[in-house]
Amino acid sequence: MSQTIIKDLMPKDELLTSGHLACPGCAAPIAMNLVLKALGPQTVVTLPACCWSIIAGPWPQSSLRVPLFHTAFETGGATASGIKAGLVARGDTETTVIAWAGDGGTFDIGLQALSGAAERNEDIIYFCYDNEAYMNTGVQRSSATPWGAWTTTTPTAEPESRPKKDIVSILAAHGIPYIATASVAYPVDLVEKVEKARTIRGTRFIHILAPCPPGWKTQNDETIDLARQAVQTRIFPLFEIENGRDWRLTVDHAGDPVGPYIRKQARFKHLTDEHLELIQKDVDDRWERLQRRVEHGT
Amino acid sequence: MKKVMIGNHAVSWGVQRARVEVISAYPITPQTQIVEELSDMCADGRLPARYIKVESEHSAMAACIGASAAGVRTFTATSAQGLALMHELLHWAAGGRLPIVMADVNRAMAPGWNIWTDQNDSLSQRDTGWIQLYCETNQEVFDTTIQAFRLAETINLPVMVILDAFFLSHTSEPVDLTDQEIVDEFLPRREAQYKLDPADPHAFGALVRPDAYMEMRWQQQEAMRETLTLMHEIEDEWAKLTGRRYGAIEKYRTEDAELLLVTSGTITSTARHVVDERRKRGEAVGLVKVKMFRPFPTGALREALAGADRVAVLDRNISPGHGGIFAEEIRSALYDVPLEDRPRLFGYVLGLGGRDVTPAVIDSIVERTWSADQPERQDLWVGVEL
Repeated sequence: MSQTIIKDLMPKDELLTSGHLACPGCAAPIAMNLVLKALGPQTVVTLPACCWSIIAGPWPQSSLRVPLFHTAFETGGATASGIKAGLVARGDTETTVIAWAGDGGTFDIGLQALSGAAERNEDIIYFCYDNEAYMNTGVQRSSATPWGAWTTTTPTAEPESRPKKDIVSILAAHGIPYIATASVAYPVDLVEKVEKARTIRGTRFIHILAPCPPGWKTQNDETIDLARQAVQTRIFPLFEIENGRDWRLTVDHAGDPVGPYIRKQARFKHLTDEHLELIQKDVDDRWERLQRRVEHGT
Repeated sequence: MKKVMIGNHAVSWGVQRARVEVISAYPITPQTQIVEELSDMCADGRLPARYIKVESEHSAMAACIGASAAGVRTFTATSAQGLALMHELLHWAAGGRLPIVMADVNRAMAPGWNIWTDQNDSLSQRDTGWIQLYCETNQEVFDTTIQAFRLAETINLPVMVILDAFFLSHTSEPVDLTDQEIVDEFLPRREAQYKLDPADPHAFGALVRPDAYMEMRWQQQEAMRETLTLMHEIEDEWAKLTGRRYGAIEKYRTEDAELLLVTSGTITSTARHVVDERRKRGEAVGLVKVKMFRPFPTGALREALAGADRVAVLDRNISPGHGGIFAEEIRSALYDVPLEDRPRLFGYVLGLGGRDVTPAVIDSIVERTWSADQPERQDLWVGVEL
């Protein structure tokens, strides 16, 4: 599929302006742009503390053409619940309310409020753009940081020693109507998932991998390639889950070896070939579990 | 319509009369009956509000912030640990100029666990930018809850309505429930000047650089200053409709008084009795009740206290390492009173963790204040036995 055709497939709304404050090569504004294209202008965004608190621009400017409410780090799920309730109280049942949080605000400090919102099945879409560490504060590990990665709090002498938290399974256990993983390298798949989510009522959760050149120590022009490789290596497979039970893969996953993906990222440069084998084994195990869920449900 | 009800339910009825649109709350003793009653009201249609049953007080305030930003009338209630857990978001509500109203049932902070009354929970939130109103009776609780919405939505600041655990929250008194039509006239539907509206998109709470942050805080401070006048006007209007007014402070038998007690909350009612007894004996004793703690009614207190010989402040709270919090604020307010008119200030700390403050206790404080030439220390603890 040529790029021209993909562009033609995208909704025409331009709700993210130029002049935003993302770093060069950042996947986060690409993700926001695609999501807002899919949702359209009748959307309210709440942003807990994350890179996007900066990307959105300082007062009195905003890089979004939809209403935006900055909120405290751990409150994405709760603030979005309140906004939705407020709109509905005045008869507006149509506006889509989204929380847009990083991995820290989702996997770590915001997990309680997110779980509360999901358990209550609040009528919101919660997006996590996941750059796999606290990037806005200068690359500290989060529970989304993958095993073996360097960050400023997991130095190479003692790199990340725990696997990435399986946030999607945690959300699936809440039995919410819709969950999806998505990638900026698969914009058609991403937009289709967001468009589908928009038509569903209740809590929807969409997890988007967001490569981060300064945090992953990669080149600015490698972001989309890395996002694609994460999918093709099955490190970040693309799928959707309905009602916490029905798991479905949404693209083909070649099952490429993890080596080239890992070796592109200087955050992993201290890892040996033996380490890569451990990562490969973990990816294979997780893929097998995912296959079982796709075949048998959970 | 007069009904006998506990203080907690007086809050609930105030919220019902105010036609609150979104409630978000989490249970904690001794507040819980407020939101239990509100759940019933929402379920049986007496109050067609949306009630978000959140998983913590932190999320309760976050949800109120979201709903208030969407432009609707919003309420929550809490106590002690729950209020402390909200702390970060109290700044968010006030700094965001969101007119949320919250009831705080004053309860002592743990450890050790203590569900009884003292004011350290609310006073610990002094600098978050919330208006704080301390109530003495269940009628005052009902009236103040309604007034709080009018005040909050006029000045765009959040308001905390505060009542003592058990002495008000669980104690029954007759309350005149002002008719709905009268409340509707006093408190029309909220029309937010700024709100989250896809037809008119704006960003709220974005990064503010040093060149603008201070101006935002200045505007907040100016709004606090205006609150003193505004509360007076709102009370005038409420008094016209209901015949009831309370004031930021209330002077009780202060004429020619040489000794003035200063109180807040339910200790005030007990102190009124002691003042009456002393007056019967011909003693020049009076009382000043402080209802509004933020903004602090500095001018009114100076005017009320200057010229007395002795002032005894009764604090059901303590700022460890300093003194009773009302006493220290009043001491500061009196600094600008000329020396010849400046009373001697006796700051008593009492009643912490719900310890009973009886007429005998207050009477002994009057005696102790008469008999001393000067306070022997900054904080005079009452009834401590070790």
